[in-house]
Amino acid sequence: MTQLAEHPPIDQIWDWLHAVPDPEIPVISLTDLGIIRDVAYDGDTLVVTVTPTYSGCPATSIINLDIETALRDQGIQNIRLKQQIFPPWTTDWLTPEGAEKLEKYGIAPPTAAGGPKRCPHCGGANLEKLSQFGSTPCKAQWKCTDCLEPFDYFKCI
Amino acid sequence: MSAVDQQALFQFLLRMGDNTLVLGHRVSEWCGHAPVLEEDIALANTALDLIGQTQFWLGLAGEVEGKGQDADALAFRRDVWDFRNFLICEMPNGDFGQTLMRQFLFDAWASVTLAHLQTSSDERVAGIAAKASKEVAYHLERSADTVVGLGDGTEESHKRMQAALEYLWPYVGEMFVSDDVDTAMVAAGIAPDPASLRAEYDAIITRVLTQATLDIPQSAFAHKGGRDGSIHTEHLGHLLTSMQWLQRVYPDASW
Ligand SMILES: [Zn+2]
Repeated sequence: MTQLAEHPPIDQIWDWLHAVPDPEIPVISLTDLGIIRDVAYDGDTLVVTVTPTYSGCPATSIINLDIETALRDQGIQNIRLKQQIFPPWTTDWLTPEGAEKLEKYGIAPPTAAGGPKRCPHCGGANLEKLSQFGSTPCKAQWKCTDCLEPFDYFKCI
Repeated sequence: MSAVDQQALFQFLLRMGDNTLVLGHRVSEWCGHAPVLEEDIALANTALDLIGQTQFWLGLAGEVEGKGQDADALAFRRDVWDFRNFLICEMPNGDFGQTLMRQFLFDAWASVTLAHLQTSSDERVAGIAAKASKEVAYHLERSADTVVGLGDGTEESHKRMQAALEYLWPYVGEMFVSDDVDTAMVAAGIAPDPASLRAEYDAIITRVLTQATLDIPQSAFAHKGGRDGSIHTEHLGHLLTSMQWLQRVYPDASW
């Protein structure tokens, strides 16, 4: 097993994955989103375990492709992507850094209360829900009655 | 403990997956046609969740069957008589109100059933149920809100919602009829007896429909035959011709 020493260390792999953007919300990375559940070597093969945000999320296959491409670019040859649905993804796995990036980008981060805390544009607190669903399965549409701008809210699940 | 009857488990999984597949396809027919943009997006997202859940259920069904069929093969290469969905899932969309009433009647069943399935003795089933439950909670919140909004809305919307409820009501009973497959699932601790879920279901729909100022029909008559594939409505064949067209004309086409 001396061969293992030639593999890039796991921490290094996490750093590389940290640089892979989410295809639908490119300001946050896959690790910010908390969908990479595990990285480990199985012999010579690097196994990356990924969980979907929503069952039907159409970005799932693109995400797998992006992970594979990013790791191949770093010279890793044998990669296996493993899908894991349990425990189900929760917005609790979104990192604080990820939540901050979302808000700066104009998407209100999830809150346990089930609605946005403030308008990501003006910081106003007078908000109303427009629709339970937004531009992607993970978001809902809200509106700020202070600045009158609509915005996406990252749903808490 | 006896070994789990794999054939019964396969049937159970087909029922779960066919419900979400057929309803998901029906809901997707609204894409680009809903009354307002927000509703169009909401319907498309609901359809997407349902199709995603289908991939898990039918994927597992194919695995259990052990004949090399994946979720796509099961979705696109079976004909009407092989489908195991509730008849209510294949009923036409009708107007927007009828679509949301159908969604509500289904979501309430799904939320109750999935909650029980999370403690399934089969951890694969429990895993899918845990994932789907989170999505269905959103679906139910939205369909219930819409049923209340339209039921307790204008005279016209109230009339349409009452008509939708009366049209769909005879298809509710099928969700709670147990058969041999269910008996096998209960014995193996995989799934609850559907008949045992009726009280929980009634509690949800009575609360929402009462708030919507709608009268719950008294008739207990139920159309059956979807869950065991013995009789589907004429609507399913039409749905499949559209859903399966590409794979029938160009078998194995991929992109
Ligand atoms: Zn604002």
